[in-house]
Amino acid sequence: MKRRTLTSLTAGLSLAAGLFGTTAIAADDMRIALVVKALGIGFFEAAAEGAKEAAAELGGVEIIYTGPTDTTAEGQIEVINSLIAQGVDAIAISANDPDALVPSLKKAMSRGIAVVSWDSGVAPEGRQMHLNPSSTDLIGNTIIKLAADHMPDGGDVAILSATATATNQNAWIEAAKKALPSYPGVNLAATVYGDDLSDKSYREAQGLMTSYPDLKAIIAPTTVGILASCQAVTDAGKVGEINVTGLGLPSEMAGCVDSGATKSFAIWNPIDLGYSAVMLAHAIAKGADAAPGAEIPMGRMGSVKLDDTNSAAMSDPFTYDSSNIDQFKSIF
Amino acid sequence: MVKRFIKSRETFLICAIILLITIISLRFPGFIRPQNLANVFNDTSPLILLAIGQMIVILTKCIDLSVAANLALTGMVVAMVNVAAPELPIVFTLMMAVSLGALLGMFNGILVWKLAIPSIVVTLGTMTIFRGTIFVISDGKWVNSHEMSSAFKAFPRMEILGLPVLGWIAIITVMVFTLVMSRTTLGRAFYAAGGNPHAATYAGINVGKTQFWAFTISGALAGLSGYLWVSRFAVSYVDIAGGFELDVVAACVIGGVSIMGGIGTVIGALLGALFLGIIKNALPVIDISPFWQMAISGCAIIIAVALNAQANRKKGRIILKRAELKT
Repeated sequence: MKRRTLTSLTAGLSLAAGLFGTTAIAADDMRIALVVKALGIGFFEAAAEGAKEAAAELGGVEIIYTGPTDTTAEGQIEVINSLIAQGVDAIAISANDPDALVPSLKKAMSRGIAVVSWDSGVAPEGRQMHLNPSSTDLIGNTIIKLAADHMPDGGDVAILSATATATNQNAWIEAAKKALPSYPGVNLAATVYGDDLSDKSYREAQGLMTSYPDLKAIIAPTTVGILASCQAVTDAGKVGEINVTGLGLPSEMAGCVDSGATKSFAIWNPIDLGYSAVMLAHAIAKGADAAPGAEIPMGRMGSVKLDDTNSAAMSDPFTYDSSNIDQFKSIF
Repeated sequence: MVKRFIKSRETFLICAIILLITIISLRFPGFIRPQNLANVFNDTSPLILLAIGQMIVILTKCIDLSVAANLALTGMVVAMVNVAAPELPIVFTLMMAVSLGALLGMFNGILVWKLAIPSIVVTLGTMTIFRGTIFVISDGKWVNSHEMSSAFKAFPRMEILGLPVLGWIAIITVMVFTLVMSRTTLGRAFYAAGGNPHAATYAGINVGKTQFWAFTISGALAGLSGYLWVSRFAVSYVDIAGGFELDVVAACVIGGVSIMGGIGTVIGALLGALFLGIIKNALPVIDISPFWQMAISGCAIIIAVALNAQANRKKGRIILKRAELKT
C-alpha cells in the first residue's frame, strides 16, 4: 500500500514538474481552485475567505471557489472535470467521498495539476497531500487547556463524551489524559458517556454535579454533549461555578457563551483551514516536494510536516470565546 | 377488595420502586432528598406522557413506534415557528404542538383503520417519514438555545410549589386519563376493542375507529412532549429522542400493560415510566461502568416482562372437577 502510494506520487510529481514550465508561460496568474463539499455552507464560505486572504498575501494568485450544489461525489467529479478543462494550476478539495473522486483527481494530477485535499480527505493515491484541521494529540491537549485556563487554583474536572465505543472520542480522551501532567492541580475526576443523546447527556451532567460538588469544569468533546451540559449547568444555577467547555460549533454555542456557562470552547477555524490549504496547494504547484517527512510552509500558520500517508495536521483547534463568538456564529 | 389491591401489579411495582430507591440511597444518600426526587419525576415526565399514550394504543392490540419521531418532528416545527415568530404566546405554541402531534397520530390511525395495515408496519414507516421530514424542513440544521425566545424556554421550567410545570403537566395528564379510561365510553371501548375484538364488534364498538382514536391520543401526547422536550433541552435537531420509542414501550411493559392488548392501567404506565426514570437518573450518580449501565437497564426490562408473562398466564380451565381432586 505504502509503496504504491509512493510510486504513484513520484509519477504525479515528475509530471507536475514537467508540465509546470508550460503553464507558467501560458498564464502569468496562478489559478488555484478551492473545491468544497457543497456551495452555500457557512463553514466553506468562511474557508473561501481564508483562501482569498492567502491569495492576496501570495500575490499573482487567482482563487476559483467552486463546488457542487449538493454534497455528492458525482457533483464534485463534474466540477473537477471542468477544472481540468480550464487548466487550473492546483486543486484544493474537501471531498464528499474518499474513493469515488480518485480517478478524476488522478487525471488532474496527470495533467500537471497539483492536488491537495483538506478537511475531508481523499484516498492517498488521489492527492499529493492531505491537510487535517488538527490531530488527536493537539485536540486532547486543547480540551484540557481550555478547562485549565479558567481554573487558576486547579480542581476537579470531568469529561462527558459521546458513546463509550466512539473511536475518535476515545482517542481524544486518551490524548487528554496524556496531556494532564502538564497542567498541575487539574484532576480528572470522572469520564461519563452521554451517547450523543441530549436527554442522557443532560442527566449525566446532572449526575456529575451531584457526585462531585466541587467540580470546576465539564469537558465535552462532542457537540450534543457540550450543549446538554451547558443547559444542565444553567438549569442547576451553577453558571460561574462550573465552566462547560470542549468542542462545539459557534452557531450552536452562542447561547452558552452569552449566558456565561461556557467561557471558551474550541473547534477548527475554517478561515485558517482555507488559508492553509491554498498556501500548501500554491507551494506544491510551485514544485515543493510532497513526500513523507517533508516540511511545507503555509504563511502565517507556520509549516506542516507530512507523515507516512502524506497527511499533516494544521494546528491546535481554534479557541472561541465572548470576544469572537459574534463574528463566527453566523458562519458555521 | 383489599386483597385484590395487595396482589395487584401496581402494588408490586410501588414496592419495587421503594426498594430500588432504598438500594440507590444506600450507595448515594443524596438521591432520596425531596428536591432530587422532584428532579427525577420532572425528568421522567416526557416518558410518562408518552407511556400513557402508548398504553392506550397497546390496549387496542396495536403499537405506536412513531412516538419519538412524532415528538422530534413536532418539536422541530414549534421551534422553527418560535424562531420565525418569537412573540407568539406560549398558549398558541402548546396548542400547535398538541394539534400537530394529533394530526400525525391521525395519519397512523387512518392507515391502521381504513387500510387495515398492521400497526407495527405503519408506524415503522411513519417513524422514518417523520424523521425524514425533519431533515427536509430544517435542512439538517439545528435550532439552538440562543435562537429560541426566552418565554419558549422558560415555560416548562417555571416552578409551582417546588415542582416545575413539566412535572405538573405529567400529573395533570395522569389524572385526566385515569378518568377518561375508567369513566368514559371511549375509555372503556379501548379495553373492549383490545380485550376481545369480536365481542366488542357485537357490542356495537367500531374496533378500527377505536384504534384510530388511540393513535390520535398517542400522537397528541407525543406532540405535547415534543414542545416540552425541545424547550427543556433548548436544542432541536433531526435525531432528538432517537430510540426513545423503545423506552416508551419498555415503560408500558414494566407497568404491566399486556402486549396482547386489553390489559393495562394509567397508573401502571406511570409506575413503569417512573421505574425506568429512576434507574436512568440513578445510574450516573452511583458510579457504574457505562457498559454495565446498558446491561442493567436491559435486565430490568426482561425481569419485568418475565413477571408479566407469569402473572398473565391463563390458568387451564378445569373441565373435570373430580379429576382435579384426584391429582
